[in-house]
Amino acid sequence: MNTTNQKIVFRSDIMQLVMAFGALILMVIIFSILSPFFLTFDNFVGILLATAVNGILALGVTFVIITGGIDLSVGTVLTISAVMTGVLITNNHFPVWLGITGGILTGGLAGFINGVVISKMKIPPFITTLGMLYATKGLSLVISKSTPIYFSDSPIFRKLVMDSALGTIIPGFNIPNAVLVMFGAAGIAYLVLSRTILGRYTFALGSNEEATRLSGVNVDRWKIAVYSICGLFSGLAGVVMASRLNSAQPALGAGYELDAIAATVIGGTSLSGGEGSILGTVIGAFVISVLTNGLRIKGVPQEWQMVITGVIVVLAVYLDRWRRQR
Amino acid sequence: MDQVLLRMEGISKSFPGVNALNQCHFELRAGEVHALVGENGAGKSTMMKILAGVYQKDAGQIFFKGEEVVIPSPRAAQHLGISIIHQELNLMPHLTVAQNIFIGREPVNKAFPLFISDNEINKKTAELFDRMHLKLDPTIKVGTLTVAKQQMVEIAKALSFNAEILIMDEPTAALTESEIDELFHLIRKLRDRGVGIVHISHRLEELKQISDRVTVMRDGQYINTVPTKETSIDQIINMMVGRTIFESSPELPEKADQDVVLEVKNLNRGTVLKNVSFSLKKGEILGFAGLMGAGRTETARAIFGADAVDSGSILIHGKKVVIDSPSKGVRNGIGYLSEDRKRYGLTVNMNVNENIVMASLKKFMSFFGWMDEPKTRSTSQSLVKSLNIKTPSLDQKVKFLSGGNQQKVVIGKWLTADTEILIFDEPTRGIDVGAKSEIYKLLNDLARQGKAIIMISSELPEILRMSHRVVVMCEGRITGILDAKDATQESIMKLATQRTGIVRSDETNNLTPETGMA
Repeated sequence: MNTTNQKIVFRSDIMQLVMAFGALILMVIIFSILSPFFLTFDNFVGILLATAVNGILALGVTFVIITGGIDLSVGTVLTISAVMTGVLITNNHFPVWLGITGGILTGGLAGFINGVVISKMKIPPFITTLGMLYATKGLSLVISKSTPIYFSDSPIFRKLVMDSALGTIIPGFNIPNAVLVMFGAAGIAYLVLSRTILGRYTFALGSNEEATRLSGVNVDRWKIAVYSICGLFSGLAGVVMASRLNSAQPALGAGYELDAIAATVIGGTSLSGGEGSILGTVIGAFVISVLTNGLRIKGVPQEWQMVITGVIVVLAVYLDRWRRQR
Repeated sequence: MDQVLLRMEGISKSFPGVNALNQCHFELRAGEVHALVGENGAGKSTMMKILAGVYQKDAGQIFFKGEEVVIPSPRAAQHLGISIIHQELNLMPHLTVAQNIFIGREPVNKAFPLFISDNEINKKTAELFDRMHLKLDPTIKVGTLTVAKQQMVEIAKALSFNAEILIMDEPTAALTESEIDELFHLIRKLRDRGVGIVHISHRLEELKQISDRVTVMRDGQYINTVPTKETSIDQIINMMVGRTIFESSPELPEKADQDVVLEVKNLNRGTVLKNVSFSLKKGEILGFAGLMGAGRTETARAIFGADAVDSGSILIHGKKVVIDSPSKGVRNGIGYLSEDRKRYGLTVNMNVNENIVMASLKKFMSFFGWMDEPKTRSTSQSLVKSLNIKTPSLDQKVKFLSGGNQQKVVIGKWLTADTEILIFDEPTRGIDVGAKSEIYKLLNDLARQGKAIIMISSELPEILRMSHRVVVMCEGRITGILDAKDATQESIMKLATQRTGIVRSDETNNLTPETGMA
């Protein structure tokens, strides 16, 4: 009984991607019909840019969720990474590249701590990362003295992400670098997840942790690695965000973890672990930003946008379950 | 062929409160299949887990190819060439066959060492399967395979370590007849290549087919090692049960009523329950005997409505009832006392009073769903008295009570709910000897008061002492129903290990298992 069930699940993981992508295309078509402003180049750039931060966050979350864990702290780890970048570049006049590295590593450190607490102290991921959410939220305010840090002295920082390298190569095709960063990060995440030992153990942990341990794999170490990676992606998202806003906003970031988890789940990653894909997560992130963008263009109030997003998340998972049970 | 591969001598092991192994021996030759048998809890698995590095021995020596070895971890065992296949399959269903086999030692891409070379593990796995004459695609996901095929993957994984000793803990428990044939075919091939194989199993006829020698264990003791060919199944069973029959005589309520309270007809559920039929009379204690996984708990759960069945009917007082949820079970007067009290029977963080009234809150409700607290307390108080529950007060959290008293709280709970049929699943598990006899007395009293009782137990002496009749199950089927006067440890054991049995509740004499194979 069990095995036939699983048979259906496995045959359908590609189906899941096709369905998610189909839903995305369908949304684009519907919004294009509903509004003449939706299908314009400028609006598309807007959607891409809006997806960048959430997309990068969701990449890290995908790793964690495939192991059967959860990371609630990615939003505020993003905040503290942005703030650290500001502290390094603006307050301490470090070179920009060093500031960026410092920001990303701050995220990695937070993830590392998450991983150590979860694997060594055996605290459930939900609790651990909830604690990290509060801690990084508070620390961001402490470090920045609760005021935004601007990058006015280092204009290059904003240009890095908001200029368009593509635009200089193909005139008129002005897609900001932030979007390239996201796709680059997704490419790396894809390779790590599908080709490396880390990726293999990410799936193995989520599939059957005890069996993985009995196979002689150092389960704790790889779990720490997975949470660290998630932290690094949060750090990168923080840097991109700071660059885009030309400032580190110590109060911005809390709540972003929900969008990232939603994107991951819509993309077909199973919260019970063992299943998921980077491609799915990227599609999921686009589903959310297309939805938000389209509803805004149609003049749907922000409050209702949230309601609709909530319904879509639950519906996506319900459809997935229903499809599997057939 | 006759080279001694492994000797374990004077192995002892105790766990908190249990003496699991006492001075046990075991010997394995290259190219033999050595069966290890014994009742539940005889210490077979513990012995082999010590050999596989899962547990550490307290005393004794292990000699591998004549040299003494220390095996501190599963890894160390694998390096020596000792592989174990555990009772529960240890595979990752979302990974492919090859990925499972090479987990923990993935070869990397030569050109780009960050990446795993899936090509290489697929190739190596295909070679491995070739040697095993196994037709299986290395790139298929393990979760899509049947249990038998997954078993093969486990074996392949064990062999990929170049195992010289292969331990299989009940490998056939979940397999069908033809799958077992397939497995045995493979085992014979490995034996011919000089691998020493330890085969733990409850299925005695099976041992006749596959093993060269049999070692019998009982209650953590080594009993004997005999050549399979020269030993009959009856002799093995005798060695397995061996101990003297229970000291004190049964003190059953004289005669059960003739009123049939519960009648179960042809219950079927997947491969777990097959045509289970029996009846239960008023004032009767009906013992359910069988080995682990025989389907006894599953039968109880099906009757109680905890698991859905595929087909079959249940009659209470001759009237057909539909019980598809535990709440309907309770409404029809059935109480189920789980073998895992702490998980299913009690809310251990709540107090004695709250637990006792848990299953019958409606009785204590006054208007607007208000609880009649004084009434619950007086009910609980009287039960604490009549069941002799030792607790400082009604407000004591149940988790602080002893196992025996916890069991009595569960009984109190079902008595409060006015259940007429009580199903006890391993009622004395984890309870010390003194409390045991109190539980026995309680069961007898309940039967005398006219309750109909089903008692599932893995302890044969308990079954023999307590039951008016004994239902014996094996692999989801009822292989026999014995009257108390015909039930002995031997007759029950025979039925419990009867794989190809015929259901005959009246002619127990004809139930000698076929043992034709040499």
